[in-house]
Parts: sequence; C-alpha cells; structure tokens
Amino acid sequence: MSIGPIPEPTPETLAFWQGTAAGELRIQRCRACENFYFYPRPFCPKCNSDEVEWQPVSGKAQLASYIINYRPYEDFQTEEPQIIALVTLAEGPRMCTNIVGVAPDPDQLPLGLALQVAFEPRGEQFLPVFKPARS
Amino acid sequence: MAMMSPNGGHIAIVGASESSRIGVVPDMSMIQLHADAARLALEDAGLTPADVDGIATAETQVIEVAAMLGIRPRWMDGTTIGGCSFLAHVRHAAAAIATGQADVVLITHGESGRSWVGMPNYSMNPRGPDGQFEQPFGAITPYSLFTLPALAFLEARGMSQRDLAEVVVAQREWAIPNERAQRRSAVTVDEVLAGPRVAYPFTRDMCCVVTDGGGALVLVSAERARDLPSRDRAVYLLGSGEACESVLVSQMDDLTSFGSFRRASAEAFATAGVGHADIDHAMFYDAFAHLPLYMLEDTGFVSFGESGGFFADGHTRPGGRLPVNTQGGGMSYSHSGMYGMFAIQESMRQLRGEAVVQVPGIETSFVQGVGGLFWSAASLILSNRQP
Ligand SMILES: [Zn+2]
Repeated sequence: MSIGPIPEPTPETLAFWQGTAAGELRIQRCRACENFYFYPRPFCPKCNSDEVEWQPVSGKAQLASYIINYRPYEDFQTEEPQIIALVTLAEGPRMCTNIVGVAPDPDQLPLGLALQVAFEPRGEQFLPVFKPARS
Repeated sequence: MAMMSPNGGHIAIVGASESSRIGVVPDMSMIQLHADAARLALEDAGLTPADVDGIATAETQVIEVAAMLGIRPRWMDGTTIGGCSFLAHVRHAAAAIATGQADVVLITHGESGRSWVGMPNYSMNPRGPDGQFEQPFGAITPYSLFTLPALAFLEARGMSQRDLAEVVVAQREWAIPNERAQRRSAVTVDEVLAGPRVAYPFTRDMCCVVTDGGGALVLVSAERARDLPSRDRAVYLLGSGEACESVLVSQMDDLTSFGSFRRASAEAFATAGVGHADIDHAMFYDAFAHLPLYMLEDTGFVSFGESGGFFADGHTRPGGRLPVNTQGGGMSYSHSGMYGMFAIQESMRQLRGEAVVQVPGIETSFVQGVGGLFWSAASLILSNRQP
C-alpha cells in the first residue's frame, strides 16, 4: 500500500471511487451532448444537462505534460522522485495522476507516450495511476 | 453623484507602499505587515485611517484589518482568487468609487510566508476537488502543481528548459542593484540549469523566493486626488479585467495557453482604449519561470512561439523595448505567497519615477496577475497621465 494523502469521496464523486476499487476507471458522460467529462459533477459542465451517466472507460491515455518532483511532500515519507503527470484519456478528459513502472528520466517520458491505467491501494481507496502501455 | 466609469482614468491610486521591511521579517506577524504597509500608504497619500470608508484584502478577514486600524468601512471586499486578488480589488474598488459606494478605499496585503508568524495552519481538505484528484498524487505544493503544464507549453512551441532559464537570467539583471531583492547575484543560463533540482524541468532559480512582506494601496476619484498633497504622484486606472477557469490544473481548457490570461488582458485593453504599442512597462506575475512566457503570448505582446526569443534577445532587460519585472520579479525580488501586490507596487514606483532601476520617461504600465495554480487571472493598465 502506498503512503500519502487519502481521498475522501463525497456524494458526487462516490461512483468514481467505487469504480477504482472495482478495478475500473469510471467517468461521466453527458447524454445530451455526448461528451465525457472529468472531474465528477452531477451535471454536464459543457451544456448544463443533468442527463449524465457513469461509464467504464478504456483506461488508455496519453502523456500530456508532467514534472519529476524531487521534493515530495512530507506526507509521502519518501525522498524518491515522483512523476506527477497530466494525462489525456482516450475518451477526451484530462486528469492528474502518477506515472509508474518507468524510471523518473525525461528520456523515458516523451509527451504523447501511450499509457494504461492501473490501480494502487491508498488507505481504503484505490488511486488511478498510469504505466506505459505495452506496444 | 453621477455615475462614472471605473476605467478610463476616472479613478486614481494616490497612496502606495510596501511594508517597511520585506524578505525575512520574523519579528512581525501577518496582520502587523498589513497594518504597517497600510499606515505607510495612507501617509503617502496624505490621508489617515479616519478618511477611509472602503477596505479590501484577500485571505485575511477585512474585518481584522479594519479593526486593527480603527476603520469603520461602508464598503468591503474580501475577494480571494489567489495571488492576483489585489489586482481584482483595484478593479472592484474603482467600481465602488465610481458608483459612490466608497470615497477612499484601502487595499492591504500582508503575509509571513517565510517566517510563518501569525499565519493560519496549512491544512489539506481530502474531500475537496484538489484533495481527491490532485493531492493524493503528490501535486500539493506550488512547485509540484503550478509547474505541471510547462512541458506541454514548451513542446508545442519547440522550446526547451533553456527558455525557462533565459527568463531567470533576464529578470535577475533588474534585481542586482536592488537592495530589497532576495536574489542579487548575476547568473548564466548554464548556472540556472545546473542549480538544485526542484521539479524537472524547474531548477531552484526558476522558482520564486519565499519571503515575508506586505503592501497597501489607497484609491480615490481623480477629482478627489486633485485636492490631495500626493496629487502630482497620482496614478490612474485606464483599464482592467478578471477571469477564472478551474481549481484543478488538469482542467485547464488548454495546457499551452491560459484562457484566463487571454480574457482578463483583452478586457483590460478594451476598457483602457490603448494598444500594446502604448505600453511602456510590464509586470508579469512570475511565481515560476514559465509564467512570463505564457503571459507575454497570451496577453498579445508577442505572437505564438515568440516569447522565449523575446526574453533571450534582451527585449525585457534594462534598455529593452518592453522592460519586464523591473525590481527582479517574484523569482528574484520578493514573493510572500501572494505576489500580486508587489507587482502593482513596482508599477506604481515606475510610473512615479521612484523605482530603484528606473525606466526613463514611461507613461503606462501593464500588470498581469495569476491566481492560485492556473485558477484565475486579473489585469490592470495604469498611467501617470489622466487621458
Ligand atoms: Zn453536455
């Protein structure tokens, strides 16, 4: 189990965290404008419709931007560099995450790198992290 | 009282001061820094707390500042949108004065960002959007969060880590002669790149200093300004704008161009009725080295991809065609956590001809602020001449 801050679900985000615990990345899609969106909200931020549904998505993503954090926050009780990234899901939305299973080396982390979601236990929750996809 | 425009030079900043000391000030609390700056700014204006009927501040309670100074306001603004809050306060105060809701507005900032004296405890909220979708991944501190889109910005333009270092080198030149600046030694691009690693692609000098300090402003109508002893040093608000996007960096509409910079600055130029060629001096809120690059392009001073070359070629340095961050900026001068007040203070000094490194003959200054970690933005266009 990884060490660090533990997210506490709220009513509008509960389905997301239930999904990660079940090994699924679930995000919301608007039935009116057919767009996926993140972070969880009970109505569509694009067209304001409340006809929204939860859907499991592919877990495929691309590396959009990142930093290699050499000064991890004290709660993590580590001095190992962290790869903190913004990834763009195949379905469109962007999210903040960690890249795992690769050295914290810019040469290994070209933007656009193909990624696949994995789930990491943190307290009673499971965090969606991403690792390089097998080609 | 007839309604007037808050923009177009109808409102004047007649008092401006930083706290008597900035940098490392462990013997003053946060609220003391507010009050110290406020008293100096009022003295600068030729006014006293008894004249003040409007008050604004961010993070700290307006009530606490008012009580400290014995002020009984009839107008208050506690807008807190991050470090550019004070730019928004200028805009809001101008609207209040223009509509008769206040006559004399005091805006204060004080922060013990380095010594943490009299400051609230920092605590995370694991139930907030950031507590659920950023902090668990380590994106907690400004250097691990504000920095996240930088590589996307650079790659979209074929720019590199060197372009970040060029911004540091250009701005440091202004700080070297300035005794109130925290970092004053000349540096080269290679030295900046070889500095202590913080968060790739950022090294230490690409990140702001962390300081204690405060600042305050006093605003009145241009008409009232004519009766004050400070009248020859009045600075007029020509235009202003504000905008916000998301509290999550991941939800920026575009990682490579911040829409809030574009919208706030466009409104400032539209309301000021001046163009980029009319601007003599600029302050670009630089918590980190990528921000002046975004701002230079997003506010329309240069075209897409030209920001790196603009810094590297010396156009922002002493003698350049657009002097930028002329006290050294947040990366070399002072950054208490909310830098916006310090950016406005340097514009005031430049427009009054009182800066440590004075740009000769200037009439207009543009201030671009950012709030939080790509949350929000505010812009001001100021002039020492009433249109
Ligand atoms: Zn929709």
